[in-house]
Amino acid sequence: MNLYAIKAIYLFEMHRTWRTIMQSVISPVISTSLYFVVFGSAIGGRIPEINGVSYGAFIVPGLIMLSLLTQSISNASFGIYFPKFVGTIYELLSAPVSYVEIVIAYVGAAASKSIILGLIILATAALFVPLRIEHPFMMLLFLVLTAVTFSLFGFIIGIWADGFEKLQLVPLMIITPLTFLGGSFYAVDMLPPFWQTVTLFNPVVYLISGFRWSFYGLSDVHIGTSLAMTAVFLIACMLVLRWIFRTGYRLKS
Amino acid sequence: MSSAISVSSLYKTYSTGFEALKNINLEIRHGEIFALLGPNGAGKTTLISTICGIVNPTSGTILADGHDIIKEYRAARTKIGLVPQELTTDAFETVWNTVSFSRGLFGKPAKPAHIEKILKELSLWDKKDSKLMTLSGGMKRRVMIAKALSHEPEILFLDEPTAGVDVELRRDMWNVVRALRASGVTIILTTHYIEEAQQMADRIGVISHGEIILVEEKDELMRSLGKKQLRLHLQGKRETVPEALSKYGLELSPDGAELIYTYDTQKERTGITALLKDLDKAEVRFNDIQTKESSLEEIFVSLVRERK
Repeated sequence: MNLYAIKAIYLFEMHRTWRTIMQSVISPVISTSLYFVVFGSAIGGRIPEINGVSYGAFIVPGLIMLSLLTQSISNASFGIYFPKFVGTIYELLSAPVSYVEIVIAYVGAAASKSIILGLIILATAALFVPLRIEHPFMMLLFLVLTAVTFSLFGFIIGIWADGFEKLQLVPLMIITPLTFLGGSFYAVDMLPPFWQTVTLFNPVVYLISGFRWSFYGLSDVHIGTSLAMTAVFLIACMLVLRWIFRTGYRLKS
Repeated sequence: MSSAISVSSLYKTYSTGFEALKNINLEIRHGEIFALLGPNGAGKTTLISTICGIVNPTSGTILADGHDIIKEYRAARTKIGLVPQELTTDAFETVWNTVSFSRGLFGKPAKPAHIEKILKELSLWDKKDSKLMTLSGGMKRRVMIAKALSHEPEILFLDEPTAGVDVELRRDMWNVVRALRASGVTIILTTHYIEEAQQMADRIGVISHGEIILVEEKDELMRSLGKKQLRLHLQGKRETVPEALSKYGLELSPDGAELIYTYDTQKERTGITALLKDLDKAEVRFNDIQTKESSLEEIFVSLVRERK
């Protein structure tokens, strides 16, 4: 294991965050706060409690997940796309590092950032609404699993993308709709029956449901199913990455 | 003792079907400076990139200090430093950080004293806290070299190190290269400047259309460089060189219109006076005389042209 290399890449990536602190941390915090003001206070005040949880508190787990997903993807995809774009990837490819080490470093850094961000948003939320976390350990587990899984997914997108357009396309066209329709702002049983069935094909539903369960003990689907779906997605990303590195896809000619 | 770099039967065909490298066989000795010459698109960069692991070889084997670059990539790559042709840097990083990053990436523990030494040698010390985007092209080139040297490689690849670099930097760079060689580092460089290869290299290789067409000691090449040709334009064409002049080793040009005498300018006697007397005796008439120096450039150009 080339630990020095993992450390070098990890610190390099984390350093990039501090350099772009406005974009990486402050802007998601501001946008989440706006959600709280609009949905939590303004509109939420007119919505009745959902299973004994006020609407403002109900949307907290969903909002954290929303940021966690989009930030994990954009951090990781940008982290690997940028060296490809400016050409500094030559150094990575010629260095004595294995692909596993590259993934650990890049995905680790991207996941760290989004976990920190998730916790910051959680703290911000606590300023607006009364929070309770029934299963703190499960909450952290979901936070870490989701951050790692979607950082892996972002890493794949970063390798696949051959232009800035593609880099933004997947988060914009797929992830944002999935999260908005994944129960961030509502409980699945609030939907008409037909859409309840459709929703079950949305992987994000399982993440948000599981995450919300760790807060309030209520969920749309069973917690075991949530964990299993997360694991399935995690493994799928790992398999795709293994294929990418074996073939050198988009990295080496 | 194994070679610093040993390339055997290396082929590279890109997915477009372009054959960039054809049956490359090359041994680079420990501690030498090897200059790889060739026109644009000859395969210089592909060859270097393949050895350094940036391009996958189609077939063939490459050993770096006895280690297979694919099966034992860790051992092989740790020994190699690469300065690529293009100036690709992380614009927002500082000089110090980017050079330290490279050392870590190559699996070496931090050693600020070494980084300091490199930066000082490359006159980068006062720029160590500058962001890369604020540096001039020449300074960036120095940073690229510093990055390649950060992990104390035993084999250094310099791909067109002096392209677009001013005279002063070129001189600095060659001083660094000489110092590295003195400390035992093997150096492989590609260049367009034949003069540069002439000054620096121990051996010279010429690559053209993906094939190595010549590998020779520089001194050997210089010896043939030291030769001059005397061309006598004859009155009327001849089929053969006159018998009486056989001791001069004359050649007849392919069209029979010229006699060519090759002589060594380094020698005390070039034999020209004797030749002219004997030509007169043999009643060979000519209407023009021309002398010509063959340069490495010419050898190079004719070698490359032959292959086309």
